[in-house]
Amino acid sequence: MATLEIDRVRKTFGSLDVLKEVSIAIGDGDFLVLLGPSGCGKSTLLNMIAGLESITGGEIRIAGEVINDLPPKDRDIAMVFQSYALYPTMTVRQNIEFGMKIRRVPAAERARATAAAAEMLQMGHLLDRRPSQLSGGQRQRVAMGRAIVRQPRLFLFDEPLSNLDAKLRVDMRTEIKRLHQRLGTTIVYVTHDQIEAMTLATRIAVMRDGVVEQFGPPQEVYDRPANTYVGRFVGSPAMNIVPTRLEAGAAGAEAVVTLPGGEARIGAIPLSAGTLERCRGRDVLMGIRPEHFAPGRGITVDVDVVEPTGPDTLAIFTLGGVEVTARLEPFAASAGRKLDLAIKTDKVVLFDPGTETRLD
Amino acid sequence: MRRAPSFRDRLARRLPQLVLSPSLVVVFIGVYLFIAWTGWVSVSSSRMLPRYDFVGLEQYGRLWATPRWQTAVTNLFIFTALFLAVTIALGLLIAILLDQRIRAEGFLRTIYLYPMALSFIVTGTAWKWVMNPTLGVQKVMNDLGWDSFVFDWITRPEFAIYCIVIAAVWQSTGFAMAIFLAGLRGIDNSIIKAAQIEGAGLPRIYWSIIVPMLRPALLSVVVLLSYISIKSFDLVLALTNAGPGSATEMPSTFMFSATFRRNQMGVGAASAIMMLMAVAAIFVPYLYSELREDRHGR
Amino acid sequence: MAAERSSASARRARLVGRAFIYGTLVLLALLYLMPLWVMVVTSLKSLDEVYAGSFIGLPRALTLEAWEKAWATACIGTECGGLRPYFVNSILMTVPAVVISTAIGAMNGYILTKWRFRGANLIFGLMLFACFLPFQAVILPMAQVLGRLGLAGTIAGLVFVHSVYGITFTTLFFRNYFVTIPDELTKAAQIDGAGFFRIFFAIMLPAALPIVVVSSIWQFTQIWNDFLFGVSFTSGASSPVTVALNNIVNVTMGRKQYNVDMAAAMIAAVPTLVVYVVAGRYFVRGLTAGAVKG
Repeated sequence: MATLEIDRVRKTFGSLDVLKEVSIAIGDGDFLVLLGPSGCGKSTLLNMIAGLESITGGEIRIAGEVINDLPPKDRDIAMVFQSYALYPTMTVRQNIEFGMKIRRVPAAERARATAAAAEMLQMGHLLDRRPSQLSGGQRQRVAMGRAIVRQPRLFLFDEPLSNLDAKLRVDMRTEIKRLHQRLGTTIVYVTHDQIEAMTLATRIAVMRDGVVEQFGPPQEVYDRPANTYVGRFVGSPAMNIVPTRLEAGAAGAEAVVTLPGGEARIGAIPLSAGTLERCRGRDVLMGIRPEHFAPGRGITVDVDVVEPTGPDTLAIFTLGGVEVTARLEPFAASAGRKLDLAIKTDKVVLFDPGTETRLD
Repeated sequence: MRRAPSFRDRLARRLPQLVLSPSLVVVFIGVYLFIAWTGWVSVSSSRMLPRYDFVGLEQYGRLWATPRWQTAVTNLFIFTALFLAVTIALGLLIAILLDQRIRAEGFLRTIYLYPMALSFIVTGTAWKWVMNPTLGVQKVMNDLGWDSFVFDWITRPEFAIYCIVIAAVWQSTGFAMAIFLAGLRGIDNSIIKAAQIEGAGLPRIYWSIIVPMLRPALLSVVVLLSYISIKSFDLVLALTNAGPGSATEMPSTFMFSATFRRNQMGVGAASAIMMLMAVAAIFVPYLYSELREDRHGR
Repeated sequence: MAAERSSASARRARLVGRAFIYGTLVLLALLYLMPLWVMVVTSLKSLDEVYAGSFIGLPRALTLEAWEKAWATACIGTECGGLRPYFVNSILMTVPAVVISTAIGAMNGYILTKWRFRGANLIFGLMLFACFLPFQAVILPMAQVLGRLGLAGTIAGLVFVHSVYGITFTTLFFRNYFVTIPDELTKAAQIDGAGFFRIFFAIMLPAALPIVVVSSIWQFTQIWNDFLFGVSFTSGASSPVTVALNNIVNVTMGRKQYNVDMAAAMIAAVPTLVVYVVAGRYFVRGLTAGAVKG
């Protein structure tokens, strides 16, 4: 178990900057999720932590020790891959014991560790099968078992659930969370799925184009996105970003939003006095999560489309010239009708229209 | 707190290149350096032994002025054109017929393909016997009552080249068939079903939809058969020994006899370079396009 | 009624179609088998019977005389010891060359796919072109170099030549196979602490067994059937069987012994034919590997 510090780390392939001065630090036992779309550099960063890619600049430290030049085997890590990377010609048992054999672990101890891992992951009956005879979920378990028996300081997961079908993915997600709770090992986990990130992480790093856009606890990333990109990427349906004008009113900061039938004021938005003063009378972007609408007095909209999902209903309408989604109770809205909505103004965040970063 | 990489680690990082290099160096010497070397001999005055002086393109001039070489080049064109046309037509026909959910397909395929496992020398020996004018196929036909049947091409200078075409087609049809069959198996069955629903008959479906889809396979077959025909040496030697006279001389046999039998090493080298250029003219664009497609695909 | 009639005619059309397909296929198959058949039956006849005009029919009196002669007493040049010593030469040449070129090709393919470095693609491109080298362009210098190395006219020289030019093909086979194995496998093994050689021997090679067979069979066929290198770099007693066969057949003195020629051709053909019949599937894979990508 160990802390992990990624300190101004850079990676270039020829003239291409894949990572531009990335800095992330997590504590012992943290569950870090690197979240971003494909090509954002998250997998490259994971491979650099593992020692599978060289580090162009900066330092990576595990438990305070710089590991830039260490080969993977000396970093005391274990990794689970998207394709599971099980050795096709070996049985499950041989797969799990391969690393221990290389480290010359005595046979008795190998057998014990394998049995323990098999029990933890409920795969004792699979030990003598070959990977080709296993289902996707079973392969996933074996890959995790292979990582567990190493008892590493750091677990690395590279999109481990992407090849599973939807139901199995949810089950295995729980399994991974349970594993983390039981072992308490520091984990770095790469995914493009924001729900996985929210459910698993103690820390999320949202990445785009080789840059960390926001790094923090999941709830903070969700509630107070650093910029519109993070707001849109985390959460489903995505955060609504509505162009508005900022005014100072009786209730402090007020956003003026254009409706098809005129303008409406949304008041009592949490904002520091200094920022309010600076941005008064200027255009800003207002970020509202779909669940922060509720039937009630405030704005009146023309509902365009209604999408029931079962537990709630999504109502889609136009606000401030853009399409907006609200998450409401079932039957709270019907298409083609007018609807009165209140906004939970204390949850609203504002962004600078130029830089698209959050205003505090 | 920074562990320096040990010597072992640094060695481990270079190990792949270290292991690859020796064989790579030997292969590249054996291929590219030797090509350059042959090129050098071709611009020298070498005759019986290599002599490393420079006489410009003199040997190439001598080569193209040699009637035997002219025969060889003409023969190569006749041979390549016929060999490709017949092999491709037959190979495609067999592949399409085999693709009709045939019983004993595997068995039949084995029969069409076995000549490919034989040495060209064996093929040449066998066909020389089959085409023997007094005792071979001609006699069989005469015995069957077709008295006027004559098949003595192998002894007639103006026809002997077609004997080589026949033997080469026999040997290579299976190869063309295998590649076409692989191409056919790669075509989505629902395309045929869709065309059938439109009311098209099978011959029409094949001619206007399936065969055009085999273009990549066709390209491969054309390129590889051209290669076989440029380098074909053993077959000619075994079947006709470049005769009668020099009627079936080919560039490959010309190169060999000039170099090893007639002490014209410079001319031989020049002819080898001409062959290489012919192969390169076919392969460089082909490999280039294949590799580029590869990169797009990924 | 009309529907019934049209369905009957459709059935008839289908039947005619099937008959055409099978008829054509069987006819062509007989045509392709004919030379082999003629070779076999001729080799089992006495010379008198051959000259009496029996070409395609079964032998009236079955005799192994021609086989014995081709194997043990036929004259090649001035030696009259049959094909046997040359057959042995071919084995001594083929087996080491197959093993060497396949082993090196496997290693090269592994490195070019799993330990990619700058220029690996260029190296692969140069290898690929070398596969289609017309050997005429290199035999002159090779003859010189073999002479310098003291390998001229020896089996060892042929083993060397076949290994060098075989590596291009074997590298291609293994490279195209290893490319389909996910890189994550190597990464997982690295994290498990396996080094370069252990990953190769414990993980990659066991996974590549089918392609080892493909490569070995391809090399075996190519090297056994080679004539150009054999005739260029050896003479007399060190020739491979293909060269010896050609010499037997091209003897011009006396009454031509067609039955012995055919027996000799069969002897030279048997090893590759056996391999083809036993492992045809792998042979076809090797054949199409150069043409169909991946």
